[in-house]
Amino acid sequence: MLQKIGYRYLILIALAVVVAVLPLIFPSSYYFRVASLVWVSALAAIGLNVLMGSAGQVSLGHAGFFGIGAYAVAIGPAHFGIPPWAALLLGCIISSLLAYLVGRPILKLKGHYLAIATLGLGVLVALVITTESRWTGGPDGMPVAKLVLFGWRVSGSDTWYWVTGGLLILGTWIALNLNDTPTGRAFRALHDSEVAARVAGINVARFKLQAFVIAAAYASIAGSALALMNGFINPDQAGFLHSVEMVTMVVLGGLGSVVGSIVGAAVLITLPQVLTVFQEYEHLLLGFIIIVSMIFMRDGIVPTLSRILAKRTQA
Amino acid sequence: MTILAARDIGISFGGVKAIDDVSFAVSPGQILSIIGPNGAGKTTLFNIVSGVYERDQGQVELSGEDVTGLTPDKLATRGLSRTFQNLQIFQRMTAAENVMVGRHLRERCNLLADLFRLPSVTRQNAETRDAALAFLDDVGLRSSADVPAGSLSYGACKRLEIARALASEPRVLLLDEPAAGCNAVETEEIEELIRRVAAKGIAVVLVEHDMKLVMKISNHILVLNRGKPIAEGKPQEVRDNPAVLEAYLGKHGAREAARA
Repeated sequence: MLQKIGYRYLILIALAVVVAVLPLIFPSSYYFRVASLVWVSALAAIGLNVLMGSAGQVSLGHAGFFGIGAYAVAIGPAHFGIPPWAALLLGCIISSLLAYLVGRPILKLKGHYLAIATLGLGVLVALVITTESRWTGGPDGMPVAKLVLFGWRVSGSDTWYWVTGGLLILGTWIALNLNDTPTGRAFRALHDSEVAARVAGINVARFKLQAFVIAAAYASIAGSALALMNGFINPDQAGFLHSVEMVTMVVLGGLGSVVGSIVGAAVLITLPQVLTVFQEYEHLLLGFIIIVSMIFMRDGIVPTLSRILAKRTQA
Repeated sequence: MTILAARDIGISFGGVKAIDDVSFAVSPGQILSIIGPNGAGKTTLFNIVSGVYERDQGQVELSGEDVTGLTPDKLATRGLSRTFQNLQIFQRMTAAENVMVGRHLRERCNLLADLFRLPSVTRQNAETRDAALAFLDDVGLRSSADVPAGSLSYGACKRLEIARALASEPRVLLLDEPAAGCNAVETEEIEELIRRVAAKGIAVVLVEHDMKLVMKISNHILVLNRGKPIAEGKPQEVRDNPAVLEAYLGKHGAREAARA
């Protein structure tokens, strides 16, 4: 246990160092933007990893919650005059509430059936956002007011780099906290054997719902952060492709590994940027790399690499 | 004084009566064994009593209260725990964590406190781990505490399941073939363990194929065949019951056994 506590802070310190040191090697503000995008995506992926990696329940509609968060900070200030930071919290509450209400019936489903039900939820949210153009600007999207905190106007890609980096560290801390607590153990237990978890007195339905709500809250806050950072939002952020992208980040990085979700997000965001030099072959190569890495690192990048590393140090 | 009683339990799967009118009762500190040939319905009976299956008829009483149809987690809060014939280990967790999950009902579990890892959570974690290590010690697995459960041997997993079940400090423990796949030494250890559990006042219901073990430790034996009770009583009475011999060995075998 002592090792575990040390391990938790080691990860946080390493992450903080990475966030602090990266700007030193950034040649232009474009890099700040890409890195901020990684931090935001990683935040959403970490939340989804609580649901998928720890509790073992799939969600193919998670971009829906991302979209709710994003449109909350767009619609709140524009139509209701709510300050952006309050709209962020409100979006998080709405997402959590929706996850709670919808999760109760659909989390009774398992495997593929749950995947389809969550997919439906995501599609539904995207549909509402696209069609309610009076509120959302429809398929064209809508502008997002600048975030103002205590008179401080948050703008510029380097400022957003630090804000999103801070959010990611906070999100990582919470996700790491959860792992070795009664709640975290209940998640992992019901993942491995639902019947044994129930016999141990775990209310499986309740804990699945908790994991679903946590994941929705993470996605919502990440969505709000992205919308505020970009100053613009369109329905693609709530769409099915974005849901798939989030799942890919979690699986590619390593199910159940918090660091894995960050690495998965980093790979999936930066790889297309790197591959642009190959022009029309970009997507082909991206797909190829993902397939190859899933074949050779089936448990995900981080768990596989740490296992190899552990073997090396033992030998 | 009866702590767990099942009355006239019955369940059918697609027209086949898997359990038909089975009753039993067990008192604190007693060891009741349920035996019978393969397919007799022993595990099905366990699944009904522990709330995993829903029975078609009959009633289950725990501490004098009707608990028929309650889910396993509700039954756990009332002091019923069990192990599984086909292992149900949390493979991706360490042995210690498996047993810590068994302490779930003995822990305060608050989502917000857990998310922010309040000092109380850390303190409780240490207590739970200490308790889990003591239970692992009980089954001789203390040295494997931090080994992933998925890499433990079959026999060790069997004992780990018992430790996890005991960790909830149950009043009734259902053991589904705890000695299956164990060698003679391990079986003896399990026998000792079951005796210690019963000595603590826990009611033990045992499904087991190892007859030597069953005959040695049971206070009472219930014999099932094709879902029906065919005999019950003290080990000696059951051993000499012709119906039991016939169920296990067939008519011809029973004649041979009588001659032997």
